Amino acid sequence: MKSLRNYLDRIKPNFEPGGKLQSFQSVFDGFETFLYTPNTTSKSGVNVHDSLDSKRIMIIVVLALMPCLLFGMYNTGYQNWLAAGATEFPFWQLMAYGFLAVLPRILVAYVVGLGIEFAVAQWRREEIQEGFLVTGILIPLICPVETPLWMLAVATAFSVIFVKEVFGGTGYNVFNVALVTRAFLFFAYPAQMSGDKVFVSTNSILGLGYDLPDGFTGATPLGQIASFTGDKLELLNLRGDAISAWDAFLGLIPGSFGETSTLCILIGAVILLATGMASWRIMLSVVAGGLLMGWIANVFQTPTYPASFLSPIDQLLYGGFAFAAVFMATDPVTAARTGTGKYVYGLLVGVVAVLIRTYNNGYPEGAMLAVLLGNALAPLIDYCVVQANVSRRMRRLKERARA
Amino acid sequence: MRKTINLKKGLNLRIEGALADTNVSATVIPANIAIVPDDFPGFMPKPDVKEGDSVKAGSALMHDKNAPDIHLVSPISGTVESVVRGARRKIERIVIKTDTASPSTVATMTSTAITSADDVRRMLKSSGLWAMMRRRPYDIVPMESDRPRDIFVTALDTAPLALNLEEMVKGMDAQIAKGVEAMTKLTDGTIYICVAQGSNLADVKGAEMIELPMLHPAGNAGVQIANIKPVNKGEVVWTLDIVTLAKLGEAILNGKIDYSVETALTGSEVITPKVVKTVPGAQLGELLAGDEKTDGRNHRVISGNVLTGTPEGEAGYLRYPYRQVTVIPEGDDTHEFMGWASLSPSKMSESRSFLGRFLGRKFNPDARINGGRRAMIMSGIYDDYMPMDILPEPLIKAIIAKDIDKMEALGIYEVAPEDFALAEYADPSKLELQRIVRQGLDYMRNEA
Repeated sequence: MKSLRNYLDRIKPNFEPGGKLQSFQSVFDGFETFLYTPNTTSKSGVNVHDSLDSKRIMIIVVLALMPCLLFGMYNTGYQNWLAAGATEFPFWQLMAYGFLAVLPRILVAYVVGLGIEFAVAQWRREEIQEGFLVTGILIPLICPVETPLWMLAVATAFSVIFVKEVFGGTGYNVFNVALVTRAFLFFAYPAQMSGDKVFVSTNSILGLGYDLPDGFTGATPLGQIASFTGDKLELLNLRGDAISAWDAFLGLIPGSFGETSTLCILIGAVILLATGMASWRIMLSVVAGGLLMGWIANVFQTPTYPASFLSPIDQLLYGGFAFAAVFMATDPVTAARTGTGKYVYGLLVGVVAVLIRTYNNGYPEGAMLAVLLGNALAPLIDYCVVQANVSRRMRRLKERARA
Repeated sequence: MRKTINLKKGLNLRIEGALADTNVSATVIPANIAIVPDDFPGFMPKPDVKEGDSVKAGSALMHDKNAPDIHLVSPISGTVESVVRGARRKIERIVIKTDTASPSTVATMTSTAITSADDVRRMLKSSGLWAMMRRRPYDIVPMESDRPRDIFVTALDTAPLALNLEEMVKGMDAQIAKGVEAMTKLTDGTIYICVAQGSNLADVKGAEMIELPMLHPAGNAGVQIANIKPVNKGEVVWTLDIVTLAKLGEAILNGKIDYSVETALTGSEVITPKVVKTVPGAQLGELLAGDEKTDGRNHRVISGNVLTGTPEGEAGYLRYPYRQVTVIPEGDDTHEFMGWASLSPSKMSESRSFLGRFLGRKFNPDARINGGRRAMIMSGIYDDYMPMDILPEPLIKAIIAKDIDKMEALGIYEVAPEDFALAEYADPSKLELQRIVRQGLDYMRNEA
């Protein structure tokens, strides 16, 4: 380790103002502080600081996403094998196939996003902020596996620049950057991004997997529901067998790369809550809102809106609801920041997610739009909570004046 | 039955270097002391002495430009060595060389009967005790025109490794009673004395005793006021500690003020933490002579506690209002590989992602920021350390935005920088909350 430190100290002057590589100062600084905790000490204020910093926070969130990522690899392979009619599912081949399918997407998201972050940090002469570490892994997880790479690059660039950097960078954004990437894809390329074609990987990669025939369609459960007519809802997997709630819980269904497995999302939730990195208030109230709206929809079930046939529990298991509740709605920057506000915000997100999904057949998945709506309303919710504190103080003042 | 206020929010930092023995082990009369007017916010210093003047304990060194009767006094006899001035000839400090032959720390007051409120005020101003009080709003030295709504006396210090205030006034019940009697002349309201739960301090006639838990920041006057009777716009309250109150009582009873101060030498880099008797403004190097560890690490010598104290270094002085010196490792000589990923149980943190939080052991933290400065990212962290009806995040944002109406609406009149010290410690974005709050208070005072 000593030699690495010495090496960094040796090349550091090149990156300082006046050095050959001064336009890469932020990048160097980013790597240096990543490798070695900066030994700057406090100049004013408290003399000791808590060991927690934003690097650790972001890395823990990335760790919490790992079960979803790993399962997504397996499931991508599994769906391909299943669609091809295979009867055996060799674990490592499935994993390798999924890994190869997702790797380019992770690389594209990170290269585009971090590239912009590095450039902006250098331009502003600021330290590189860690926010994109999480965003960069979230983007491939919430997008369909067959999303074309160039679309992913365009969408990532759009949201990093126009959703985050123009507002001032990490900590100042109003909307969740990863979700806007998804929304951008969804609204800019609706033909390619929805429907039955993008959720299952249809080609063999480096000799692994199967080439599925042209015209193959593999609808997600929610996609099937949206186009369902009749009065007895039955969801089918790619081979034509019925999908049980257990399959949905494990995640062996078609869907966005990392969103299918409620089990893995729960593992992530446990990591986030145990380390205190996400707000239990928000998670709890999103789930409560989803159950509440799911129950109401289920009570008034009608063939006009086939999703109302789903039980409240099914509403949580299918689609991106659980993922949104655990990883998206809890983004501290874009969620409500006050204690009471978090309950209201979570409830709103949960209710609206199921509401959109059930009563708007045009959008089979409502979680994305619900969280974005929650982001938009979070400042208003906080304003109301803060105003309660303000009026309490005003009331006290008036009582004193009267006394 | 005393009223008890049960505060749940807060944190007692588990730091190495606590006092084992709280008895005074020695008396240290330093060769040099310095009085720093910056420690008395709101006080605009004008000198009463020049270099070479000889001073006695209790003689005036400076007065306030806006209130010439309010003085900072010398706590010890000696000669003025220098009047150090900074930018725009502002006085930074007055250094006094003590005359080592007979450095007295006891001043004799002119004996006039203290009967009216004006007598009490005069005595407070001329003795330098006035400047040892603070007033809300703004957390500054009380103004001459103030007629405080209530007066809050603090008898517990919950800061990390701090001394027990109550022990310093042991056996001074008569003085405390006399001090309360004098203070009641200054207010139409109540004198509140805030003590630790299970305190042995006897009830004082004329004052209301309130018990609080020994959980920082319960010892902060701002927290006590907020939970007893919050300050509203247009109201003024005064705060002082029980030791200052006892000094006032002693001055009235016996015509004497002892300016000496019991000071705790604490922190992980002190060989044996101990209590010494010295004077305010004592030179820290002299106080610590022979007590610092020689372990080859860079040290940070703090006048005060680790949360609100100022890093003075050995050449610095014991600043008001502290009765404590803390020495911790500076930490600028370490290069920690990927510290953010550390699983080490010796890392001090309140985050549940660190093992040490659960082990109940004591920590040896250094002065590193442990990260980079960021925008406010995590929410709700400040709230855990603010046991008062204040929303810290919106208030901090309002201060940064210099929004006077909002600051007022969110209760800036109720807070002092020290109330944000724990939040600043815990903040993963490493914002300088105390500096921000002090700037906000100064801004409000100048603009509103």
